[in-house]
Amino acid sequence: MRRASDFEGLEKIRRDAVLAWNDLFGGNFPLVCTGMSTCGISAQACQTEDALKAELAGRDYPVKFMEVGCLGLCYAEPLVYIKKPGLPMVCYGFVTPDVGPSLVSRVIEGDDLWKERALGVVDLPDVKYQGVALDIPSIWDHPMLKPQVRIALRNCGIIDPENIDHYLARGGYSALAKALKTQPENVIEEVKRSGLRGRGGAGFPTGMKWEFCRKAGGSEKYLICNADEGDPGAFMDRSVLEGDPHSVLEGMLIAAHAMGSTAGIIYCRAEYPLALQRLDMALRQARDYGLLGEDILGSGMDFDIAIKEGAGAFVCGEETALMVSIEGQRGMPKTRPPFPANAGLWSKPTNINNVETFANLSTIINRGGDWYSTIGIGRSKGTKTLSLAGAVRRAGLIEVPMGMTLREIIFNIGGGIPDDRACKGVLTGGPSGGCIPAVHLDTPVDYESLTKEGSIMGSGSMIIIDERTCIVDLARFFLTFTQRESCGKCTPCRIGTRQMLEILERITRGEAELCDLATLERLANAVKNGSLCGLGSTAPNPVLTTLRFFKDEFEEHILRGTCSSFVCKDLTSFYIDPERCRSCGICAENCPSDAISSQLKAEHIIDQDKCIRCGVCISVCPEKFNAVTRRSGKKVVQCG
Amino acid sequence: MEAKIRALLEELPKKKGALIPLLQRVQSELGYISQDAVVAISEALEISESEVYGVATFYSEFRLFEPGEHQVKVCLGTSCYLKGGRELLELLSRSLGIPPGRTTPDGRFSLETVACLGCCSRSPVMAVDGVVYGNLTLAGAEAILADLDSQSQ
Repeated sequence: MRRASDFEGLEKIRRDAVLAWNDLFGGNFPLVCTGMSTCGISAQACQTEDALKAELAGRDYPVKFMEVGCLGLCYAEPLVYIKKPGLPMVCYGFVTPDVGPSLVSRVIEGDDLWKERALGVVDLPDVKYQGVALDIPSIWDHPMLKPQVRIALRNCGIIDPENIDHYLARGGYSALAKALKTQPENVIEEVKRSGLRGRGGAGFPTGMKWEFCRKAGGSEKYLICNADEGDPGAFMDRSVLEGDPHSVLEGMLIAAHAMGSTAGIIYCRAEYPLALQRLDMALRQARDYGLLGEDILGSGMDFDIAIKEGAGAFVCGEETALMVSIEGQRGMPKTRPPFPANAGLWSKPTNINNVETFANLSTIINRGGDWYSTIGIGRSKGTKTLSLAGAVRRAGLIEVPMGMTLREIIFNIGGGIPDDRACKGVLTGGPSGGCIPAVHLDTPVDYESLTKEGSIMGSGSMIIIDERTCIVDLARFFLTFTQRESCGKCTPCRIGTRQMLEILERITRGEAELCDLATLERLANAVKNGSLCGLGSTAPNPVLTTLRFFKDEFEEHILRGTCSSFVCKDLTSFYIDPERCRSCGICAENCPSDAISSQLKAEHIIDQDKCIRCGVCISVCPEKFNAVTRRSGKKVVQCG
Repeated sequence: MEAKIRALLEELPKKKGALIPLLQRVQSELGYISQDAVVAISEALEISESEVYGVATFYSEFRLFEPGEHQVKVCLGTSCYLKGGRELLELLSRSLGIPPGRTTPDGRFSLETVACLGCCSRSPVMAVDGVVYGNLTLAGAEAILADLDSQSQ
């Protein structure tokens, strides 16, 4: 076992790691890499890899297989990269298990580049291999990747996250060495100069936060990484933890040195089992190399990190609730002061930062805070990882400079809306944020601009919606979530969210009156102002922004009893168009409530009293007929 | 039960703040937090049963009902909800004949919802026995369960 007891020891390990990394690409064997994060696995990446291995078993030449994290092009998963001797590495998309055998015969064993399936050449500037130029563009020029600036995601989709040597080969832990040779106060200055702000959502200046904690006295000081990522729709932290866990560990070590922290904890949600597994592995590897434990690299610093699993409570993403949860209690936030920097976990000085905040630190230390602050806009320096989902062609994980507009993100990077539908809006900040309407798509993505539109940056989830989303139902969905997740401590939050939800539910059922909107707004302001923590104070945001920008939809539900998006079940009915129906009987066979009267060759009619609006008939009606439609308003009564 | 709980407690590095990790281990070993487990944990940690119960009911991860042989978790995060997650849940609930938060009478399947699995780029998503499936159609989801059902028999 190799252990670096000083900086020179670390460099020796690194030199070997660089050689091995280059050998991987310069060898005389094909290299097959499969994107293996949870998103890839959900697309059957495991089965794809198994199919490739089965196909290549028993060959008389060696083939090397490697698993990498997620490059961020989730829409095209499973992703497989193939590197043949003498040629550059090419990334192929949509490689489902059934495609495996063709990929082997055409590309690995044959001379076919299969350009139609190729997403691009994965050229890595730090690798020495020279391959001949191919008539395939670089993956970094792919429209989804080209506008990105990848700092937190620099290694994701490139290295094997379960191999610390890959991290070292690409410069990993060099920033730690540099920081350990620097006075802690100067490290804090560097972070302050960078302008880095907390990436978890609050956006508090990181350097300043560290300074408060550094100044706190005492022999015990905790450093916590908030990997709870409770925002539904967000998966930035999951991607970093699964794709490059060492970037987080290195960031924590740098922070620990700067603040004098004595013990570290990563609080990671239980819903991320792969992230937990890779973190655990990374911690063991770091300990083996002497990067965690006692007298790290001979600097005199003792520091180790433990993992604490979350147990499924959104409110535990709030720092005081998180700490109380680590202490084994119900996750109910506490008043501040005292601030965690002075009295946090077990009443000791504690600093909490988000995964992405830590993942940025090594680059800031290596390239300097001044360099980092040249990226971004206004008071929002650097980059932001965003999880792009919803009604968008290219859903996935991206990292862009602060200040890029929503329009550029959705249309240039995301490829626009599928089926050429119109964009209705963008949800940012999850259940604490809001819906920015399509007319404001030129809003830059930075802390201040999004707040001005009534939303927030939040953790970085970005869900695009089109006309098939009912805004009222959306507001109801968010309130259902925050109401359920409310810890119950503060009366305005506990009761206010329940009352707001009750009104929203009545609106979706067509049982509300116009005056309910005024009550809704009053309640929203009461909850916002009367809540102790971020959950309560931001829970009304989805309601306030949708009332601000989409009031007409609320009024439509109330005054006309219709839902133009055909989402609200009580205001929607299903109808079989007799002109398109070919009486095949499939809908009737599958209807769970026996609501479709049908005889072979006779007209199919939906009994509106029996219909439960489950949508099964729509999903089973053959596409060539497409005979089931949704209507809103007065129910269509058909006589048989 | 008491001996089992004490053994699990011994495995934990620290007794301070051990309630949640202990509950997690109990659930991992025994499948859920039973009433007996609550009593035994309260004795082992020397805290009141109501405190144990209060923590177990606060966090959505803890299951207080016996799970089925196969655990189906339907994601109802924002992206999955907007892409048919609700319809998927209703379909599975009808197919299995149980509402979310319950186990089928024959003990084969239990159905739960989860706020977000973090797989939003491939909505709608569900996890069955820890394996995540994305880009699901109603028919696809039913096929996965039917497959498991026939395998177990």
